[in-house]
Amino acid sequence: MLEASFELFVPLVIAAMIDKGIGDGITEGGDTGYLIKSFVILIALGIVGLISAVSAQYFAAKAATGFATGLRHDLFKHIMNLGFDKQDEAGVSTIITRMTSDVNTTQNGVNMFLRLFLRSPFIVIGAAVMAFTIDAEAALVFVGVLAVLSLVIGLIMKANIPMLMKVQKGLDKVLKLTRENLSGVRVIRAFSREEKECELFSENNDKLSRLQLVAGRVSGLLNPLTYIIINLAIVVLIKVGGVKVNSGVLSTGEVVALYNYMSQILVELIKFAGLMVTINKALASANRISEVFDISEEIQKDTDDSNIADAEILKENRLGIEFKNVSLRYQEGSDESLSNVSFKINPGQTLGVIGGTGSGKTSLINLIPGFYRATEGEILINGHNVNCISKSELRKKIGIVMQKAVLFEGTIRDNLLWGNDKASDEEILKAVDIAVATDVVNSKGGLDAHVDSGGHSFSGGQRQRLSIARALVRKPAILILDDSSSALDFATDLKLRTNIAGLDYNPTTVIVAQRSSSVMNADLIVVLDDGDVVGMGTHEELLQSCEVYQEIYNTQFRREED
Amino acid sequence: MALTSSGFIPQGNLNSDSSALGKAGRKGTVAKVLKALRKYRFLIVLSLVLATVSVIFTLLVPKEIGKAVDSIVSSGDEDLFIHLLKAGIFALIVGVSTYLMNLINNRISFLTVRDIRNEAISKLQTLPLKYIDSHPSGDIVSRIIADIDQFSDGLLLGFSQAFTGVMTILGTLYFMLSMNIAVSLVVICVTPLSLFVAKFISSRTYSMFKLQSAERGEQTALIDEMIGNEKVVKAYGKEADAVEKFDEINERLRKSSLRAIFFSSLTNPCTRFVNAVCYALVALTGSLFIIGGFESGIGAGITVGTLTVFLSYANQYTKPFNEISSVISELQNAIACAARVFEIMEEESESSDEMMGELAEAGGTIELKNVNFSYVEDKELIKNLNVDVKPGMKVAIVGPTGCGKTTIINLLMRFYDVNSGEILVDGQNIAELKRKSLRSNYGMVLQETWLRSGTIKENLLLAKEDATDEEIINAAKMSHAHSFIRRLPNGYDTVIGEGGGSLSQGQKQLLCIARVMLALPPMLILDEATSSIDTRTEIRIQKAFNTMMEGRTSFIVAHRLSTIMNADLILVMKDGQVIEQGNHESLLAAKGFYYELYNSQFTKI
Repeated sequence: MLEASFELFVPLVIAAMIDKGIGDGITEGGDTGYLIKSFVILIALGIVGLISAVSAQYFAAKAATGFATGLRHDLFKHIMNLGFDKQDEAGVSTIITRMTSDVNTTQNGVNMFLRLFLRSPFIVIGAAVMAFTIDAEAALVFVGVLAVLSLVIGLIMKANIPMLMKVQKGLDKVLKLTRENLSGVRVIRAFSREEKECELFSENNDKLSRLQLVAGRVSGLLNPLTYIIINLAIVVLIKVGGVKVNSGVLSTGEVVALYNYMSQILVELIKFAGLMVTINKALASANRISEVFDISEEIQKDTDDSNIADAEILKENRLGIEFKNVSLRYQEGSDESLSNVSFKINPGQTLGVIGGTGSGKTSLINLIPGFYRATEGEILINGHNVNCISKSELRKKIGIVMQKAVLFEGTIRDNLLWGNDKASDEEILKAVDIAVATDVVNSKGGLDAHVDSGGHSFSGGQRQRLSIARALVRKPAILILDDSSSALDFATDLKLRTNIAGLDYNPTTVIVAQRSSSVMNADLIVVLDDGDVVGMGTHEELLQSCEVYQEIYNTQFRREED
Repeated sequence: MALTSSGFIPQGNLNSDSSALGKAGRKGTVAKVLKALRKYRFLIVLSLVLATVSVIFTLLVPKEIGKAVDSIVSSGDEDLFIHLLKAGIFALIVGVSTYLMNLINNRISFLTVRDIRNEAISKLQTLPLKYIDSHPSGDIVSRIIADIDQFSDGLLLGFSQAFTGVMTILGTLYFMLSMNIAVSLVVICVTPLSLFVAKFISSRTYSMFKLQSAERGEQTALIDEMIGNEKVVKAYGKEADAVEKFDEINERLRKSSLRAIFFSSLTNPCTRFVNAVCYALVALTGSLFIIGGFESGIGAGITVGTLTVFLSYANQYTKPFNEISSVISELQNAIACAARVFEIMEEESESSDEMMGELAEAGGTIELKNVNFSYVEDKELIKNLNVDVKPGMKVAIVGPTGCGKTTIINLLMRFYDVNSGEILVDGQNIAELKRKSLRSNYGMVLQETWLRSGTIKENLLLAKEDATDEEIINAAKMSHAHSFIRRLPNGYDTVIGEGGGSLSQGQKQLLCIARVMLALPPMLILDEATSSIDTRTEIRIQKAFNTMMEGRTSFIVAHRLSTIMNADLILVMKDGQVIEQGNHESLLAAKGFYYELYNSQFTKI
């Protein structure tokens, strides 16, 4: 900004040079000393301008990076606090894209905005103001020009932004098709759809280029239009100025100064036009980011007066679970994923959940740590409604092993310490042993072995066993295993189940499985089918009474039928 | 991991080493670029003509205005009017020609992008799977999307910018020299300074940008890991730790990008300073000459008007210099991007099968004779494999991970070609058949389900485009997908996201099975197709398959032995070789590897 104002003095000095230095110099010999003095002033202005520009750039960069850093922090924190339902709705990959490339685009935009908008408006308006100091009447031309220009720029931007957004969408579509063509290459070739895919792609690709052309037609106007308007304004200015010089109101140098001011406006506007696309993109990205912020965060708990429940849950190591008429619907309008589920399980007992694909097994266990909120009914932990218990306190008491076994980057120890920060190596190794993972740890070279992102150097079964160990390190009051031994062979699975059944701290255990062998020793088995409870009881009872259970059992133990 | 490579648009690869391309390589690329542009040569010439016109008239405008200023001094009102009129008209010409040039440039660049992308996608369809499997898909996507964009932006716009830049420099030089040689020399001597300044700064900032992108990559990896697995993070209450770790990287990134942005942004003020010096010098020398009032010699012909013109030229002349260093790096980058794009275009396609025979509705005899195969040259995988499959047989392939089960499928479908030996379908060597006609005889369901973003119905129609709603529902019922589809918010018209979106793995498998049931192929390949489906549903689906595949040959790869017990032929594989062959009973009786596998799963507590 300082730089801008210094820049504005330059035409004045030049004007003085022309008027005072040259003046009637042709006849009188001029004032060489004054000219040199002016030259020094010009250089000095240049240096001061340089210094202030450099500091302006520094602060712009600092502000932009600071802004982006803060934004990323807030966004990450916000996403970490989203409920599962919201996260499912938004989709993980979109969230990641917004978090990375959209934030970068916005940072870029902010930087450009600061650099440009801290300068250009001052130069443009400043130039107009300076023009007034020279001659009010001639300066009216500036006012007119600025009005026309802002109108033109405003209209073009208004017309163009929606077009650019459409272009962005078109590009997204083309990108998605390219990605699909790669990930689905086997299916596409197996169904001999190569030509069809090419057609589909060209269709969208053509559409994209048409959109780009249309958008370009409008945005391409900006530069030539500003150029014409400013030059016409210069013509008018000199015409007006010329008359005034003749009548002695203005000096020639002042007319030149006015002309220079107009040129400065032109240069700034052309720069502005060049950055319009960047700014527009940043705006679009900022919108996408603010959409993420608009997603409401997970509710920690419903009421604040239930600290009693928190305190009690926190110190209690034996927790019972009760479902009372629980129904769950993921989205408004879709069918129920769980309908009217009721059961009760006492501390230390084992619950088995079994049923077909999509029968609602995972939905059921996701309700226990409050990952989702029941649409109807209530879930009670030791008699307290989960919605009234602080989620973070509750989850400290639960060890959950998900269907998809995930390890994080770090060492094996780092991963296992997730369960309990304070666990000693001895405790960790004990949990590893219970999870039948001792050979995994040994084969990788001990607890300090490196795990890469996603744990790709571990097989599915190894990841599952380490995930189980992670949950056990915590010595949870409730242990939930969601089909977490699917990649284990039968012998290992058997050993694992025996070990868990023999845990000395005797957690309440929930086992989700597809094999009836995994749940047959449970105290209570819930059989789900399409979200409904179709059977409940022990293995023996269900074999007698529940048709679905019999069917599941028979498919796995057909040998005995033969 | 999958997300870092394909989850978002990677930026054009700025780090691709353009110098590694070598001179010859770069020349080759330029030649290819020119070839791609040939279609638009008329437009390019037109664009250049318009550029020339607009440069010339841009330079003429200040000249006329200078003359106008002079006529103020000499009080010639009529002259003033004429010069101003000329200036106005010239400005209009500049505006119109610039606009037309913009339109044409847009046309050239957007249409070239379109052409190259279309060509790239067609090329993709012919690339051997060996190429696609061995290259990260994120990389290929970034070449087709980001690199092509960068290429068109950088090359075409960079080119036209460079062209107008050079034209402006030459034109300004000419006009300046024609007015006054001495003052021109001042301008000529000072301005290249800014070029050096720009170059100096950009060479320093390169390493800072590299550091920034490395840290950005690290952050993306963390985001990917933590958000991609947020359910686990939350289950362990590790949100705060994740944020802390994130902040640490975030802070480093802030520092490095502050440095990178700040130092790179120094270019502008520095060159502007050089310009300011130049400007001041021109004003000084010009004024001195005017005072001197030389009638002839180096100071001749300078008036207040010409000085105005000079000042404006000095500005115009330095601008292209400031830009030229960035244009050069942009051009280099564009050529590097183009090279990456052309790399794909020049990959060897699958061998042409234009002249090969067609396979009619296959009877289902399949014979593998002395087949050898390896993915990597010196690591043999399949060794001397011989299998004989009769029509209508249900063939199961079992064995531990990595034993080559999926490889056999790859060979049957001819996704890969055998190294030696032959595979015969109905007595015909598949290497001598059109790939398309071979593949359309198979229906295939893989463990890795692939669904495209679109409605459920669109996904099913991939198998058979002209299927009626009734056929679709029928197939969905047979595969037991109907009941869950029905419960989705919009039934068969529910839009699912990329990669199947919120459907569970099992549901995705059911959809893929429905798809293949709709196609009703003469031969069937199921590669772990039911691994995420519960055993009860699986058995029902198998019954449906059995009815459907009555008399048709099918291959099943499975982990669960219950899936394969009923097969007519079981191939037990280990380390690329079939170690046992036979049916369930005979293999059990042999008490070999299969016997061991089978018994391990029925051990009760």
